[in-house]
Amino acid sequence: MEIPYTVAPRPDTGLANPKLGIWLFLASEVMLFGGLFSAYIFLRIGADPGYWPKGLLNVPVGALNTVILIASSVTVVLAWASLKMRKLSAYKLWMGISILCGAIFLIVKLAVEWPQKFEHFGAFIKKDMLAKYEPYLGNDYIKEKNAKGGTPIDPRVEISGHLHEVVVDASATDRPKFDAFLKLHHLEAKPDEHDSKLLAIKGEHFSPAVAEMIDRLPGIKLESFHIGLDPINADPTSPESDKPHFWFKNPTDKHGKIDRADVSFFSAFAPKHSSYFAIYFTITGLHGLHVLAGVIVMFYFWLPIEGGTKMFRRNPEQLANRVEVVGLFWHFVDLVWIFVFPIFYLL
Amino acid sequence: MAHAHDSHDHGHDDHHELGFWRKWVFSTDHKIIGLQYGVTGLIFLMFGFMLMMLMRWTIAHGASTPIPFGGGMLNMVMGDDMVSKSGIISSNAYNVFGAMHGTIMVFFGIVPVAFAAFGNYVMPLQIGAVDMTFPRLNMASFWSFFISCVIMVASFFVPGGAAKSGWTSYSPLAGLADSDLAYGAQPGMFHLLMNGQTLWIIGMVFNITASLLGSVNFIATIVQLRAPGMTWMRMPFFCWAIFITAYLLLLAFPPLEAAAIMQLMDRVAGTSFFMPTGLILNGQPAPFSGGGSPLLWQHLFWFLAHPEVYVLILPALGMITEIIACNTRKPIWGYKMMVGGIFCLAFLSFIVWAHHMYMTGMGAKVAGFFQTTTIIISIPSVILLTALLLSLWGGSIRFNVPMLFATAFLPMFGIGGLTGIPLAFNAVDLYLHDTYYIIAHFHYIIAPGTIFAIFAGVYHWYPKATGRMMNETLGRLHFWGSLILMNCVFMPMFLQGMTGVHRRWYDGGEVYKQTVESVLHWNSFISTSAWLLGIAQIPFIINFCMSMFVGKKVTSDNPWDATTLDWQTPTPPPHGNFIKELHVYRGPYEYSVPGADKDYTPQTEEHISQPAPVATPVLTPAPAH
Amino acid sequence: MLEFFNINKRIGILPNASEHGPLVDHMLEVCHWFMLALFVGWTTYFFIAIWKFHKSRNPKADYHGVRSHASTHIEFSVVLIEAVLLLGFALPLWGKRVNDIPQTGDKLEVRCIAYQFGWYFHYTGTDGLFGRQNMRFLSNANPLGIDPNDENGKDDFVTTNDLHLVNHKPTVVRVSSRDVIHGLALHQMRIQQDAMPGMEIPQWFRPIKTGTWEIICAQLCGQGHYQMRATYTVEEQKDFDAFQKEALDLKAANSPNVASAAPAVPVIAENK
Ligand code: HEA
Ligand code: HEA
Ligand code: CUA
Ligand SMILES: [Cu+2]
Repeated sequence: MEIPYTVAPRPDTGLANPKLGIWLFLASEVMLFGGLFSAYIFLRIGADPGYWPKGLLNVPVGALNTVILIASSVTVVLAWASLKMRKLSAYKLWMGISILCGAIFLIVKLAVEWPQKFEHFGAFIKKDMLAKYEPYLGNDYIKEKNAKGGTPIDPRVEISGHLHEVVVDASATDRPKFDAFLKLHHLEAKPDEHDSKLLAIKGEHFSPAVAEMIDRLPGIKLESFHIGLDPINADPTSPESDKPHFWFKNPTDKHGKIDRADVSFFSAFAPKHSSYFAIYFTITGLHGLHVLAGVIVMFYFWLPIEGGTKMFRRNPEQLANRVEVVGLFWHFVDLVWIFVFPIFYLL
Repeated sequence: MAHAHDSHDHGHDDHHELGFWRKWVFSTDHKIIGLQYGVTGLIFLMFGFMLMMLMRWTIAHGASTPIPFGGGMLNMVMGDDMVSKSGIISSNAYNVFGAMHGTIMVFFGIVPVAFAAFGNYVMPLQIGAVDMTFPRLNMASFWSFFISCVIMVASFFVPGGAAKSGWTSYSPLAGLADSDLAYGAQPGMFHLLMNGQTLWIIGMVFNITASLLGSVNFIATIVQLRAPGMTWMRMPFFCWAIFITAYLLLLAFPPLEAAAIMQLMDRVAGTSFFMPTGLILNGQPAPFSGGGSPLLWQHLFWFLAHPEVYVLILPALGMITEIIACNTRKPIWGYKMMVGGIFCLAFLSFIVWAHHMYMTGMGAKVAGFFQTTTIIISIPSVILLTALLLSLWGGSIRFNVPMLFATAFLPMFGIGGLTGIPLAFNAVDLYLHDTYYIIAHFHYIIAPGTIFAIFAGVYHWYPKATGRMMNETLGRLHFWGSLILMNCVFMPMFLQGMTGVHRRWYDGGEVYKQTVESVLHWNSFISTSAWLLGIAQIPFIINFCMSMFVGKKVTSDNPWDATTLDWQTPTPPPHGNFIKELHVYRGPYEYSVPGADKDYTPQTEEHISQPAPVATPVLTPAPAH
Repeated sequence: MLEFFNINKRIGILPNASEHGPLVDHMLEVCHWFMLALFVGWTTYFFIAIWKFHKSRNPKADYHGVRSHASTHIEFSVVLIEAVLLLGFALPLWGKRVNDIPQTGDKLEVRCIAYQFGWYFHYTGTDGLFGRQNMRFLSNANPLGIDPNDENGKDDFVTTNDLHLVNHKPTVVRVSSRDVIHGLALHQMRIQQDAMPGMEIPQWFRPIKTGTWEIICAQLCGQGHYQMRATYTVEEQKDFDAFQKEALDLKAANSPNVASAAPAVPVIAENK
């Protein structure tokens, strides 16, 4: 039993099976990402002023990734064209480059962009406590500036930067247990310089995630955070800070102290940080999985095996069809990124 | 005669005998996959039925009467918090049963049977295909479905039991359930992943993936593998129904998949997609960022779930159409109109979803839009039903068991559909929303509607799949029992709903006695009818299992004298389905063609076979059957 | 006599006690008659068809079947009736629900805040204005966190699971929730409104009958959903005034003097 039209198109529909299959699949993918993008719009429209962060992503790195992905879309086409012209070695070259581009994209995402975010700390200040942190937030300055006209600037509600240490009140806790916890996470506790009843906790691998754990420990009362402020909080009234900057800037050495009691929510720049990062990580994560799948399939077609280049000798047209199909998928993945890049990095 | 068995061995030299595992378990043959889907789906229908019986117990007997048997087992499965040792069902357990009854019936019962099983088994036969376009994808679809089944069943065994937030899984309730933040939960009570509500999402993701793979395959098969001469308008209506349904699934499911991923993130990664700012849980401000929207979930859910209800009904309509044409011995009235009708239905079903959200605070413009589209969508349904009803006129109706179920389908669907009309109006929904009126509305469509269509389909195609007929007497017993009892179950629900009995009431309304006392007595009537309905299924189960071995053997490949291609195969159809060259010459329902010598003219017959003494010259001798 | 032919009443609709209720009921009644007509008509046809065209009575089927165009007319009239229902009744009725919310004038305004598993009803007291809320004031005595420093909040009071309304007075309920989604169903008022956390959604009506009825929670909200019962009472103004006075007295008796609780907003010193 042989299924017809697996390679040659059916005359009256003009389609071969795999091509129809991939188009249908892509239609459902459009709806999948469509659902996520509409969630983005919904959440963004619903966000209170100031609660949709801007300028937290690394634009040059994102732009680099965009270029890489677009380049790989071109090379996939070239790979397919080489097969159509029955040039195997050219195919191998172009396909190899495409695979490499996809891999680089993933590495940049997973080894550079994401980890940078997970280290970054942000604390949202309670709405009625914003005035207290005026030196970090500059909301009066913003108000003044907005009154003058021009593109309005959103109020600032978050203080972010590099978390150096937290100060806790550990008087009510089971001390040996707490010490074990500290040891486990390679932290050290010293009496706080201002109030010796309190403990200042820091360590080499101190991260926002550890601070969250401390915050949840029974008997421990987290008093305050000490952070190296981001440029925007270090100098909120500088016109530099009015709009998101293009190049990524590290937190400054300027030190800031935030009382836990004034914070409505704090976390790393992880998915839970805000609706913005939630949808950013979800969409880019899902997109990353698509890139990964594409890379795997392309690699499979590139290997000298039965389903890959060995097929070239037996049925070059079928291999070309396969590459066309994965190419269509790859273009789609590319297209998604072309939406992702502006809506998360630029707008 | 059953030439099938002797003839199908020649001409199949490329056909190797496959081992048991490849032939029956990891098969890529669409018929086997169809049967796998069918049997799994029927088992899940039964499972959903049993969950419903447990629910009906507490509804009828109040909150503290232990169930008469099986309590110990439930206690073992779900733990003391859920079902006590003596068998008292807690309200949490009731919510589990309700949510899982809905989920299982819809996604694990009806869709797998009506769409996946019949679609897989019958559709390729009807269009004259050797198999599905992507057989391996087809197998992947079933196994993805199977994994989702395992996950859903397993979720009953984790602490806290399975999902308990309704089949709609509305956040924040579904985002919080089975977590430290749930109402009354102790920290550490629930595992981050191994808890009912999270497993529900993961199971749904696999289920959705299975549906997506399946629907790509169905569409590709219908587009690519129609036999020569099988033009679009010669396709049996069932294939049209499957085609459109596949599109609905293909385009409506992904947004739910997206939503499921987001809900999973909410539960596992601590995000706030569906969690607004300022929640107060167990007296404490919620420990997450907020900023999300519960409405977002509802939009994404209903964007799927409204098309989904047409997914539940369209394959059923397709089967009913086949069976009515075959048993009235005449063409379907208005076939073209029906095809047009389901196109409209499918298109419109994407723009009515918010009629499930009328009570969420909708402005006049938005509400106006959705009321209008909802009313418009009832029109193609009216057209479809009218066409089927008119098809009866002039027939010579054979009331065999499939036809009994098919005819009963019509008024039952009518009741369910008509009671959808008041719901479509926002102002009336003010009164009826969330009451048993709605429960009755959709159960009338699905239970004596779609389930009847499934029964009809099973009785109708059973002889093709097994080579044996099902027993008529048991079938009739099953039919009358089911018809009467279904009505006893669902008709009183309209009365209850009108008197303000709301859905998802663990105790059936004891607490709200002041309002609903006058209709409380119906609870035990309905429950009793529902349990009897269970008993009424026993003849079916016996019939289904036994006829395989003792049923009357079919004497021809076409025992119902039908016209469509599925009856032109050997019985049961071999791998590759057809043993002769196929060519289709005519429409699907050429019954009682004037001038023909028999009352059906199969699609493969080039010329109408005429009785010998006729005036018009016979062009070519008709090929012998 | 006419009562007898009222389908809604026949099948047990709850008594109405609100001004717009008859419109809702009337529309439902029209729907029911329309459905009944279609159902009876088609069922009659259906039984005739299956009797008349049974194989034993009609051994030879007719290839063409129905030739008349009656069905087209029926379908057309269905469309027409539905259009009338929609344009004539449904849209205007809903427009009135959401657009004509009384803004000023003599009205009663109550915030209805759902929680697992009950309702808080927050009244404006005598001034007709709600006090500010802030989570930091949350306590058992002050479950809604009404700011004690806010003048508007001084005369506010809160009841649990007990809603009082004034007969003939336009009433705006502002429905919201603290945790999950609940639903406020006042069936005798022909009103339902989901309580969505993070939103406050107004609904309005005008009671025209006194009485005490049940408030039903109309969205699954967890294990206590089935018993999230509350009651509401429609009473004359003087009874309502008495109720209000009693509630305010109770509040005064229970709450310590909190006027000094004002948290001044401190300012952090600018760090080096
Ligand atoms: C198969 C499933 C199915 C189908 C086909 C339908 C069909 C329709 N449904 Fe239904 N619906 C559900 C399943 C279905 N529904 C479910 C599951 C829910 C609840 C979900 C939940 O909340 O859990 C629901 C809820 C629901 C609501 C929300 C109510 C609420 O929650 O407040 C509404 C509101 O508009 C609605 C309307 C309609 C309409 C107008 C149709 C129309 O398409 C109907 C059109 C059909 C007709 C008009 C019949 C025409 C027939 C004749 C004219 C002939 C009569 C013949 C004889 C009697 C012989 N439905
Ligand atoms: C496809 C959908 C479907 C089907 C078929 C059914 C079937 C039935 N349902 Fe259900 N139901 C829902 C979908 C469905 N339901 C949904 C979505 C909800 C809402 C859930 C929620 O609130 O979240 C609901 C809720 C619901 C409630 C309300 C609960 C509540 O709000 O508290 C009730 C109450 O009586 C009920 C009853 C029934 C009954 C009596 C049947 C009967 O008609 C059952 C009839 C079934 C059969 C007759 C099957 C027989 C088949 C076999 C026995 C198989 C044989 C097997 C082999 C041969 C192997 N259902
Ligand atoms: Cu509150 Cu249901
Ligand atoms: Cu719907």
